[in-house]
Amino acid sequence: MVISRDPAMMDIIKLSLQVSGLAVVLAALLGIPLGTCLGMRPARQVRWPALIIYTFMGLPPVLVGLLVYLLLSAQGPFGVLKLLYSPTAMVIAQTVLALPIVTGLTMVAVRSKDREIRDTALSLGASGWQVALKVIRETRVAIVGAVVAGMGRALAEVGAVMMVGGNIEGKTRVMTTAIVLETRRGNFEMAIGLGMVLLTLAFIVNVILYRLQGVHRD
Amino acid sequence: MDRLSLSEGQIYGVMGPSGAGKSTLLRLLNLLDEPTAGRILYRGRDTARYRPRLELRRRMAMVFQKPVLFDGTVFENVAYGLRLRGLPGREVRRKVAENLRAVGLEHLAKERARTLSGGEAQRVALARALILEPDVLLLDEPTSNLDPQNVALLEELIRNANSRMGTTVILVTHNVFQARRLADRVVFLYEGRVVEEGAAAEVFSSPRDERTRAFVHGDMVY
Repeated sequence: MVISRDPAMMDIIKLSLQVSGLAVVLAALLGIPLGTCLGMRPARQVRWPALIIYTFMGLPPVLVGLLVYLLLSAQGPFGVLKLLYSPTAMVIAQTVLALPIVTGLTMVAVRSKDREIRDTALSLGASGWQVALKVIRETRVAIVGAVVAGMGRALAEVGAVMMVGGNIEGKTRVMTTAIVLETRRGNFEMAIGLGMVLLTLAFIVNVILYRLQGVHRD
Repeated sequence: MDRLSLSEGQIYGVMGPSGAGKSTLLRLLNLLDEPTAGRILYRGRDTARYRPRLELRRRMAMVFQKPVLFDGTVFENVAYGLRLRGLPGREVRRKVAENLRAVGLEHLAKERARTLSGGEAQRVALARALILEPDVLLLDEPTSNLDPQNVALLEELIRNANSRMGTTVILVTHNVFQARRLADRVVFLYEGRVVEEGAAAEVFSSPRDERTRAFVHGDMVY
């Protein structure tokens, strides 16, 4: 197998999962409450935020890379933190990419069930918080779907991590940037091998999340 | 009439043509919607300024025309309101068993609620409301989609709650016969206004309003 020939490969895979995994966790922690809030409000009240989120769901990764690059570069407002070309910078960029997807899909899911769940829960004596928790629980299948979509986005993108991470060997090289590099080098065997690993990981993540949804019980 | 008083311990039948404001009235009473004008008093206190509001809401429970059962088992559905109120687990289990027995569904406690038939689902919804022993039970056409057997059962449960616990029942119904069977008093709504309110026997035998007369006689009212 291709992987076993290169001990550095395991580090690349590990970093990919760490960066994208952390980015998705952050995006979920921010996006699920935000999407629930927006989804529980009347649609006409949140028309503009919704439009902006929908637009950002299709944000080009290179654009996010550029913005984060400018913010973190030595001359930028956060330059003093010296985060550019670090895994932290990559996590920030991927969080920005995954957040609108998690938020937007959560919002749509919550909106589709909010009214009847809310009325029923309220009429049985739920407080505001208890209603929100019930709505999240009742829409969890769709919300997990939103997180899966966000994970796919983060794991698959190359533009943002390339720009803010710099594809530095042993430090910021992840699977997608490694594929780009190996392809340029003409090392197609390695590139394809990495691609297969990427696909397999995506499959495993989906299997885990699918089981979490509990849809298999229906 | 711009004033409607509802007395404790009575069963009210709220009737009127579609769009008369029957469901709106229930939603306002349940504090799900805010009135654009006017006030709602509960035992003399303005509900808009009642604090804590949650405490007031928890004196009422509502059953909707189409029962919305939560994902999870029948048991969990019936237990929901008690768990919101932080009741200990043993107490919850005891009360749920008791209420499921009352609606004849104890054998379905572990079933997933979404797999139930329409009649069973509405019985679960009623048990989920009655378990809370509310002061006021609001029912929005609870039997309109059910077969006669389930209708009879639900009516029995509603009557029982009223006589056993003194629950005030406000029942929206299209069905004149149901109102005759259950209601102590009848409220007739037309275009968002109360056109008649009185003891059921009187309203049915000698309605004062022309539109009420037409409705109870089964004529069309527009």
